Amino acid sequence: MTMLSKRRDQHLWRKIKSALVSGGTFVSALLVIAPLGLVFFHLLANGASSVNWDFFTQLPKPVGVVGGGMVNAIVGSLELLVLAAVIGIPVGVLGGVYLAEYGSARGNSMLRFIADVLNGVPSITWGVVVYGLVVLRFKGFSAYAGGLALGLIMIPLILRTTEEVILLVPNGYREAALALGIARWKTIVHVVMKTASKGIITGILLALARIGGETAPLLFTAFGNRFWNHDLSQPIAALPLQIFTYAISPYDDWHRQAWAGAVVLVIGIFCVNVLVRILTRERAPSTV
Amino acid sequence: MAPPSRFGDKAFEWLTLGMALVVILLVFLIGWQLARGSTLAIQKFGFRFLTTSTWDPVAEQFGALPFIYGTLVSSLIALLIAVPLSIATAVYLTELAPLWIRQPLVSLIEMLAAIPSVILGLWGIFVMIPWLRDYPFPLFKRLFGWTPFFTGPIYGTSMLAGGIIIAIMILPIITSVSREILRSVPNLQREAAYALGATRWEVTRIAVLSYARKGLFGAVILGLGRALGETMAVTMVIGNTPQIAASLFKPGYTLASVIANEFTEATTDIYLQALFEVGLVLFGVTILVNLLAQLLLKTITRTTTTRAVQ
Repeated sequence: MTMLSKRRDQHLWRKIKSALVSGGTFVSALLVIAPLGLVFFHLLANGASSVNWDFFTQLPKPVGVVGGGMVNAIVGSLELLVLAAVIGIPVGVLGGVYLAEYGSARGNSMLRFIADVLNGVPSITWGVVVYGLVVLRFKGFSAYAGGLALGLIMIPLILRTTEEVILLVPNGYREAALALGIARWKTIVHVVMKTASKGIITGILLALARIGGETAPLLFTAFGNRFWNHDLSQPIAALPLQIFTYAISPYDDWHRQAWAGAVVLVIGIFCVNVLVRILTRERAPSTV
Repeated sequence: MAPPSRFGDKAFEWLTLGMALVVILLVFLIGWQLARGSTLAIQKFGFRFLTTSTWDPVAEQFGALPFIYGTLVSSLIALLIAVPLSIATAVYLTELAPLWIRQPLVSLIEMLAAIPSVILGLWGIFVMIPWLRDYPFPLFKRLFGWTPFFTGPIYGTSMLAGGIIIAIMILPIITSVSREILRSVPNLQREAAYALGATRWEVTRIAVLSYARKGLFGAVILGLGRALGETMAVTMVIGNTPQIAASLFKPGYTLASVIANEFTEATTDIYLQALFEVGLVLFGVTILVNLLAQLLLKTITRTTTTRAVQ
């Protein structure tokens, strides 16, 4: 009799323990997403009121003059993204096509491995490399240097996502096209890549959203600029750079503008992420 | 009908091969540029660069030890905070959470991952630091002031604040990789444990976590790699003072933040060379850590691919 109740107690204790651990993991999950809520709340509380017409139409004002905006930084960021896309998209997409369609299993797994390792290289390293490669050689900070740094960061990102979505294309599609006597490369471009185009675009958008918020690689390549950039071989402003400069400055009005810039940047990045979610309703992409 | 020309096929294959090989080229490009940029510094300071702690641009003496120390300590703090939280969250998401809540939670974690470093740093400066300075830090001092880690004046900007902000930055990546790992554990494992009468937690502990140990370790190492290279947010809250102090309330400096702060101020050649060498050290360490992480993760995730034409 006593033995039975002891066993029952033990069973109860095991159940309690299980419930406690479940509760603990639930609290952990809440703690993990807490910073997201806090950052959002403070962004809106501190920045939303400063996002106004001036912010999108005015250049930064000199120190001491209240007001002004970041229109040059917003346009600068877009220019840098275009430059980066010109470098990153062709190399990344075509490299991904190779990994999915050609090559040996062993060689490809090595290339994949290297791409994954490259994804882990700190973004500031790319800034230093491009500084040595472009800025020192051409004796000056430039939009080209900033775009190159961002474009190089995009390559391994796009390469991996492109490969993954191309592998999802059913083999029947390839076989059908080849059976019609269509050349292999035309099959890949017009059938395989076309079928996977939604996924490829998703990967490109995610990569753009990622580099759009990068600051470290731009510090000594694009460098920043308080005025309009009329020549891509000259320094150019970028939204993340401007936020950084204003955040660490001692002026209250600049802090206010930094918050406003942060609101605009985050909204931009989140719009892209929502777009991606709409594009890929059936299969959620993982962000690794 | 003539067979399709082979030239287009060959040309396209070579073109894509060239693009794929760019990743190898990039690794060598980074290594070569960093080594070339720091030749003079390596010759002048030799091994001393890694073991001395004087960083004096005026006297042209450069030792990177305070930055190496700061990088390691801040990353360690970050791992201590982030690893238990991330793995517990991954367990919750794959084993315990009600099904309807899983996808929304995963989306929220992906959104956290999408927040740029500089914005987290902005939040760190104006929200997190004042709060830490007023509430948790004095509490830590009262409770743990008898250890050397929580002594001295509290400024707010500190090694501890740097570690906390890095923890926030690496939470999403460790969580999502751990989740992938746990999802790859075969259901047969779980069913076997349930059949023996195990509770949910016992199933998780015995059948899932022990099975996924190696992969989870890989996820942690991957997080470490990100932590070591984290730049903007850390630079904004760590205090940027090259010193080695036991107290976590004191400001510190990391390899990445010294580059971010001083690169454009480097007025002499040897100063710039020293900063390139800091970049070389950072690159060397992160590449090794990432290699280890990928090796650990590779054994778990499936890499088999099927193709129509070989």
